[in-house]
Amino acid sequence: MSVQLTQEERARLDGQHGDAVAMAMRILVASADMLGAARLVEIESAHIDGCLYHGDGGVLFAEALVAGGGRVAVPTTLNVGALDLLHPELIRGDAHHAEMARRQMEAYLTMGCSPTWTCAPYQAGHRPAPGEQVAWGESNAVAFANSVLGARTERYGDFLDACCALTGRAPLHGLHIEENRGATILVDVRPAPASLKARDVFYPVLGSWLGLQVGREVCVIDGLPRDVTEDQLKALGAAAASTGSVALFHVAGVTPEAPSVEAALHGREPRTRILLTPSSLREALDRLSTTRAPQVDAVAVGSPHFSDAEFQALSTALAGRRVRLPFFACTGREVFARLEASGAAARLRDAGVEIVVDTCVVVTPILPASGGVLMTCSGKFAHYGPANTGYEVVFGGLEDCVESAVEGTLMRDEAVWSW
Amino acid sequence: MVRGRVLVRGDASGPLVRLSHPISFWGGVDPKTGLVCDPRHPDHGTRIAGAALALPGTVGSSSSSAVMLELIREGQAPAGLIMGSADAIVALGVVVAGELGLPTLPVLQVPWSAVEALPEGRIDIAEDGTIRGMRER
Repeated sequence: MSVQLTQEERARLDGQHGDAVAMAMRILVASADMLGAARLVEIESAHIDGCLYHGDGGVLFAEALVAGGGRVAVPTTLNVGALDLLHPELIRGDAHHAEMARRQMEAYLTMGCSPTWTCAPYQAGHRPAPGEQVAWGESNAVAFANSVLGARTERYGDFLDACCALTGRAPLHGLHIEENRGATILVDVRPAPASLKARDVFYPVLGSWLGLQVGREVCVIDGLPRDVTEDQLKALGAAAASTGSVALFHVAGVTPEAPSVEAALHGREPRTRILLTPSSLREALDRLSTTRAPQVDAVAVGSPHFSDAEFQALSTALAGRRVRLPFFACTGREVFARLEASGAAARLRDAGVEIVVDTCVVVTPILPASGGVLMTCSGKFAHYGPANTGYEVVFGGLEDCVESAVEGTLMRDEAVWSW
Repeated sequence: MVRGRVLVRGDASGPLVRLSHPISFWGGVDPKTGLVCDPRHPDHGTRIAGAALALPGTVGSSSSSAVMLELIREGQAPAGLIMGSADAIVALGVVVAGELGLPTLPVLQVPWSAVEALPEGRIDIAEDGTIRGMRER
């Protein structure tokens, strides 16, 4: 062990706070050593990704913590599980899968986590202040917490997220440290037309391209409009965290640590400058679809989970029409409760939209078993859909998804992309 | 001979499988089959089970540690893991396996240039982090 522990942390490691905290501390110390962290940092909150069932190992781990008397030491939200607890009938899949998924979700509730069940905890009231040290899992949530909220977290995977929550500590490394948060790459998107940058569909494509360009480095994007929306940044970050390991991006003039390009660069020269070109954007757009067939069998939106504003846009695009294709919109239960209260949920159901809560169609078998082509406006669904669902994927904007679902055939507005 | 930084201690032997591109284990590797299952990955279909698996890096989802734990539980894990850049996500799945009384495997961090210089074929990983090719035994 090379990480330096305080007396209090050593007491946790030695089992004075129970077996679960000791196990969590051992895993935390092993991680800190792997990462070369000199010490641990106190955290204010956690977001746990490890409540999603990927196999029985995750259940064994969570139940071992429960058996050891584990309770979270800081306010902790939960990522999606592998069940829609509000609409269990939506889920296909075998009884073992459902039983183990439920056990895993229940174990985290027993440890005192909030039942948010969303990959967008920032839409469920979990919004750390700028500069706050936190430990979050779920790649899109990590990118959002660091970039849009200005909180400080590294990418915490399953298990380590829970260990941080139980101990109230994280390894002091990476993006927890101020000097590592400066951009090293300058991404110039100024030449792209303003009309394109005003469209939601631009952002998952930009993010998908960005992830491939910057990998795990911190970048600053120059040239996005000042009025870029939170949902657009969410889509950008989610896509960038899918194709790359992007955990922090700055947007000059927009995000908290980037009042200017120079500030985001911490006053240094960028190591690399990257220019967005029409051909690279087109390539990124094409890469998001795995088929050129003009066929659509189902539509899925809401990765990250749809916000109130995105549901509003969905209702507007539907304009009172009914969809012909299976149409799934995934969200968290906080947003869903507001939708129900306003009557919007009932109207969407009448239009043929299936609202999926607590989970999503890429992590849980919800899509029709017949397979085929899935259309989505989510860069993250487009990226993970093929491997996780067996569906081919075609990417388009939300309006394209709605038109295709209403018409029952692929409809895409290609004019948006003229540059 | 190459000496790596030990992230998880252990010894192993297996055919060297070098992935050409960073990978997300979640959505990228199937724990039931031990195959690379991301159709967009250049090494799609490559078998990682039992291999001395060298990765230039990892990308994407933080659920990759859970996939690593499942690979171990299903008996489809690599024999050893050699990473171009240290990663607290995949290696963590190995640490947790140890806590749960399951088998573990060595995880090393080695500069990618040194990984590229390793000979084809079987390699041995020793507890101290040394990697030897077959002809060096």
